[in-house]
Amino acid sequence: MAEKAKLMQGNEACTMAAIAAGLEFFAGYPITPSTEIAEMCAEELPKVGGKFIQMEDEIGSISACIGASLTGAKAMTATSGPGFSLMQEAIGYASLCEIPVVIINVQRVGPSTGMPTSPAQGDLMQARWGTHGDHPVIALVPGNVKECYELTFRAFELSEKYRVPVIVLSDEVIGHMREKVVLPDPANYKIPVRAMPASPAGYKPYAADPNGGVPLMAPFGMGYRWHCTGLFHDENGAPSSKPEVASTLMRRLEHKVGSRAEELADYFAEGLDDCELAVVSFGSSAMAALSAVRRARSEGHKVGMLRLKTVWPFPTKTVRGLLSSAKKIIVPEMNLGQLALEVERAAGCDRPVIRLGKVNGELFHPDEVFAAIKEAL
Amino acid sequence: MAEFLSYFRQDRLPHIWCPGCGNGTVTGALVRAIDKLGIDKNNIVMVSGIGCSSRSVGYLDFDTLHTTHGRAIAFATGVKLARPRLKVIVITGDGDSAAIGGNHFIHAARRNIDITTIIINNDTYGMTSGQASPMTPHGMLGTTAPYGNVEYNFDLCELAKAAGATYVARATTYHYVLLEELISKAIMHKGFSVVEALSQCPTYFGRKNKIGGPVETLNWIKDQTINVKAAAALPPEKREGKILIGELHNVEKPEFTQQYLEVIAKVQRANPTYARNKGVPGCELNSD
Repeated sequence: MAEKAKLMQGNEACTMAAIAAGLEFFAGYPITPSTEIAEMCAEELPKVGGKFIQMEDEIGSISACIGASLTGAKAMTATSGPGFSLMQEAIGYASLCEIPVVIINVQRVGPSTGMPTSPAQGDLMQARWGTHGDHPVIALVPGNVKECYELTFRAFELSEKYRVPVIVLSDEVIGHMREKVVLPDPANYKIPVRAMPASPAGYKPYAADPNGGVPLMAPFGMGYRWHCTGLFHDENGAPSSKPEVASTLMRRLEHKVGSRAEELADYFAEGLDDCELAVVSFGSSAMAALSAVRRARSEGHKVGMLRLKTVWPFPTKTVRGLLSSAKKIIVPEMNLGQLALEVERAAGCDRPVIRLGKVNGELFHPDEVFAAIKEAL
Repeated sequence: MAEFLSYFRQDRLPHIWCPGCGNGTVTGALVRAIDKLGIDKNNIVMVSGIGCSSRSVGYLDFDTLHTTHGRAIAFATGVKLARPRLKVIVITGDGDSAAIGGNHFIHAARRNIDITTIIINNDTYGMTSGQASPMTPHGMLGTTAPYGNVEYNFDLCELAKAAGATYVARATTYHYVLLEELISKAIMHKGFSVVEALSQCPTYFGRKNKIGGPVETLNWIKDQTINVKAAAALPPEKREGKILIGELHNVEKPEFTQQYLEVIAKVQRANPTYARNKGVPGCELNSD
């Protein structure tokens, strides 16, 4: 079967990628603008022998996903701001207990009910720090429909490999936009496979290199009979409040993802090598930003574009390197400066980082970013 | 005894429970029921939430899942639907299941998913030292009801039944033989089954309410109960204020995961040539 072009929505691309990656379990709760993902899973999953369940709320949804994942099933949920907030405690549980799960957050305007049908990017920091306590998490931001497919697939690869919750931070525009996407040749794809221990004999569920290692995960129901707890635990999975056990666990978890920040970096860059001004953005804001950057370039200005696809862990060194020639940086984003905070940290305080925040529910127009570029030049 | 201990992770003992606590009695009844039923240890997943009672799973030699507060049944729903062949048993407390987890409890009952839920009801939040729970009787004391509880408690069995559970039973830690028998029947029941085990918390509930120690608190529970069979023969005035114990509800109704498996079979029959959407990252977009 050759490659096949298809007109599809971002939410649809997320669902198709998940199924291609071997999604076996979806639990969700209706919420705009992510609902199409649940609807499509309800229809498509039984065809491949997978399971769909509409839970009573988003807490139940992510909890059911974690339960399913513990049996070895690849599990996903999809939601938006209010539901994502409700999921935070369980995201911390999955992070601490190292249970793979993929969460698609199709962002809408918040806080609170906000503007349910309008796009925003206000969950960037929540995706990183939404749950209590230090914890590892990976978050990917698609910038078009094709990337909804690619990054959802990637989310499963990373989640299974590092045993960590992976969040796909989509937004209302990316989720509902329709584009022509070429699905890849099935002969080329490799379904991510979770590493398994060899046998139950001597199995220690959390034994791993303290320097960021990933323990081997045994599925429930296979004779391993291990204990999974949200209490801090030793390598046997036994609850422990010993300071050295707590410290070893927390530092290993932090290292597991944090030490791979540059390795996990994924981005789109254009014209950064000689730029005097760089525009850094992500998701749907980056569409308008790229258009404005190209227009400025065509007028002879040394302007470059950086669009981040991996936002957590933040690839600080990579971003610093890419922005090395920029004397000024503009960060267009649909929030009041969350990405700008990270960019400031990466760029250092010796050059201005201009915040171009927008929180009125409207997408950026290229003219707005272009005007900001002209003003900054 | 050796047989019984083989169900425990002996390296995790001693347990954290207070002397005279009823949690061990219920855990013992559960383990003996499983032993008598002869179910393979490897086919059982035990799930619990947060609280004293929920600590029980950590001592048991099964695949065990100690979750977040109130969410045990939601996690268990994922386990059961993903792998319907597994026996899924939830151990929870009255605060865990009836307050913070109340929504998951009634919805699991509504779905009639094949999960056995054992609620150890000690009328209080023991782990946080004796606050009022949704099961603290009206007028009784708790650290957050210092002048007597002005709220009313649930009848958890009636709640489960009304929500759609297909097996509902109640026993106490005093009525041990009955408790073990009911747990056994609940585990073998196909559908959402609930066993409420009334249990003593002498440390907080018994002491705060000046009932006494473990024995007095246990007797205080026993004296309020009446077997459902005995109650049937009594005039209404003699049943007044008594808590029924025994098998309270047992009906057959199609079970959720079995029905879902039938949906899969039907959908797959209708789509015999359906191929999974196959792809790798790196696919090219035609337009910019």
